[in-house]
Amino acid sequence: MSMATAIPQPAERENYLNKEYGVWSWLLTTDHKRIALLYLISITFFFFIGGFFALLIRLELLTPAGDLVQADTYNKLFTMHGMVMIFFFLIPSIPAVLGNFLVPLMIGAKDLAFPRINLLSWYLYIIGGVMMLHCMLTGGVDTGWTFYAPFSTSFTNTKIVEAGLAIFVAGFSSILTGLNFVVTIHRMRAPGMTWSRLPLFIWAHYATSIIQLLGTPVVAVTIVLVAAERALHLGIFDPKLGGDPLLFQHLFWFYSHPAVYIMILPSMGVVTEIIACFSRKRIFGYHFVAFSSIAIAVFGFLVWAHHMFVAGISVYSALVFSFLSYAVALPSAIKVFNWTATLYKGSIHYDAPMLYAFGFLGLFTIGGLTGLFLSALGINVHVTDTYFVVAHFHYIMVGGAVMGYLGGMHFWWPKISGRLYPEGWARLAALIVFIGFNLTFFPQFVLGYMGMPRRYYDYSHMPEFQVLNVLSTAGATVLGVGYLLPMVYFLWSMRYGKPASDNPWNAAGLEWKTASPPPTFNFDEEPVVTWEAYNYEELDAPHSEEVPVAR
Amino acid sequence: MSAHSSATSSPLKGYFAVWIALLAGTGLTVYAATLDLAPYNAAVALGIATIKATLVALFFMHVWHASEKLTKLVVIAALFFLLLLLGLTMSDYATRLWS
Repeated sequence: MSMATAIPQPAERENYLNKEYGVWSWLLTTDHKRIALLYLISITFFFFIGGFFALLIRLELLTPAGDLVQADTYNKLFTMHGMVMIFFFLIPSIPAVLGNFLVPLMIGAKDLAFPRINLLSWYLYIIGGVMMLHCMLTGGVDTGWTFYAPFSTSFTNTKIVEAGLAIFVAGFSSILTGLNFVVTIHRMRAPGMTWSRLPLFIWAHYATSIIQLLGTPVVAVTIVLVAAERALHLGIFDPKLGGDPLLFQHLFWFYSHPAVYIMILPSMGVVTEIIACFSRKRIFGYHFVAFSSIAIAVFGFLVWAHHMFVAGISVYSALVFSFLSYAVALPSAIKVFNWTATLYKGSIHYDAPMLYAFGFLGLFTIGGLTGLFLSALGINVHVTDTYFVVAHFHYIMVGGAVMGYLGGMHFWWPKISGRLYPEGWARLAALIVFIGFNLTFFPQFVLGYMGMPRRYYDYSHMPEFQVLNVLSTAGATVLGVGYLLPMVYFLWSMRYGKPASDNPWNAAGLEWKTASPPPTFNFDEEPVVTWEAYNYEELDAPHSEEVPVAR
Repeated sequence: MSAHSSATSSPLKGYFAVWIALLAGTGLTVYAATLDLAPYNAAVALGIATIKATLVALFFMHVWHASEKLTKLVVIAALFFLLLLLGLTMSDYATRLWS
């Protein structure tokens, strides 16, 4: 039985969606909720572009021979897939959409601290996105999303500078979002909303913002150095010019490893909210979960060289980074154990958001544990640059981050749109995504461990790998259907979905105490918080007004 | 003018002084590049750049007069993470077998 509550068709109240109409009311808006929707449309567009590249990659690997695209085209496909998915979908996904929408609502603020900077961040994202689209349409890049030097600086003749510039601009969008969140969370909390009453979604976004602020400038500088070496022949990374290629990798991964936490931490925040609501319990070990987010943000900056174990770094340094890479697993494990403990003796409801949260739990755990394999120097040498690594990071970034994103979209869709989505279809989609994901990526663990290298478009010298590749391609097709379904029924629900009540899940949290959809300035009166976070015992007490009904 | 605003805003001549210092630093960098200081050329250039960046942060970015704890926290955090980047990267270079 679904626990979501619908309400009879009411007279439509003024809200952020119907307050103003027309294109300019959207393009010039400073309302964090409207900007969140602008981001939602933009990142969905890039998600399907990145997904299209993924589908072509999987189709190429359906047969051992390189028979669908040329080798150069294949190089560009996986490069553009990575760049689009990481910089234009995953990094902005939860912070820029759900974070933008929810951070002010959850802390009882009228908007973010800098609404115009918020809009500027979207425009920067769009400018970066248009540059990336232009880059793709006029030749693309073939270095892999990692831009490794000296190939990127001295050898390839593809559009390195343009792609780098696109990412540079989009990076500033990410920095501005992080800046806005840090200031908003520090300065704009409602009376009574102390740090220990903050929803853990907010703690996760605070930790994410720290990474965005401190890490993104480093990758921006690194990209400028690549462009400088390419254009001006300054000796920075190319040994021929007196540079050091490992310096590039140090600088690149100093940002790009923590960037994984930019993708996964917000997802952890989403899952925390969902698990508490659909278990009807306070999160077990609230403070541990909160501080583990900060610990992940800090420890995440100490582990980058595990991407470089076979690249020629010192063995002593590799030992230190191996140890530190194990250490970063601790705060993640704390979260997983605390979520599991929250489920224990909870009154669990299997609504679609919870199905995604369960999917996240399993897939993130697999992704995290295989990360420990890669932290171990010996196994790392064996599986570096194989499909094992590809499977590992997809379990984190798709199995973890995207599952959380979809779970969050379902959980807060009634608040965002004021409508209920069709629960049956949503549960089916969650199941399809879970099955499709595992069918796509689990065979890749086996392939990688057997020795199939990543980034090969032709594996005709090892035809025994075909069966697992066929399974993986079949899974990608199923996964594609699973991703299309929510888009269809979300759009459908905006017109035909039942109107949602203000708090359809009977959830804790300030965002559920305002209308669905919320008014432009979020609350009719400034809320005063007198209760602890996740007070589900109080909400479910007999005097509680909202009673879940079946749809 | 309130005590608050006089404490947080630098006088215009202060900005000009910093600007002159930055120009002098740029001139010094150009001059140092013409000297043969062997391995110390890079160190001198980076030293001057660090001083210039510090001046910009302290005066143009108002860190010197910042009363907000959050501003100080951001500065300290940024320096800490810069040290992490340099320290851990150099831990590789310092212990590599260069033979």
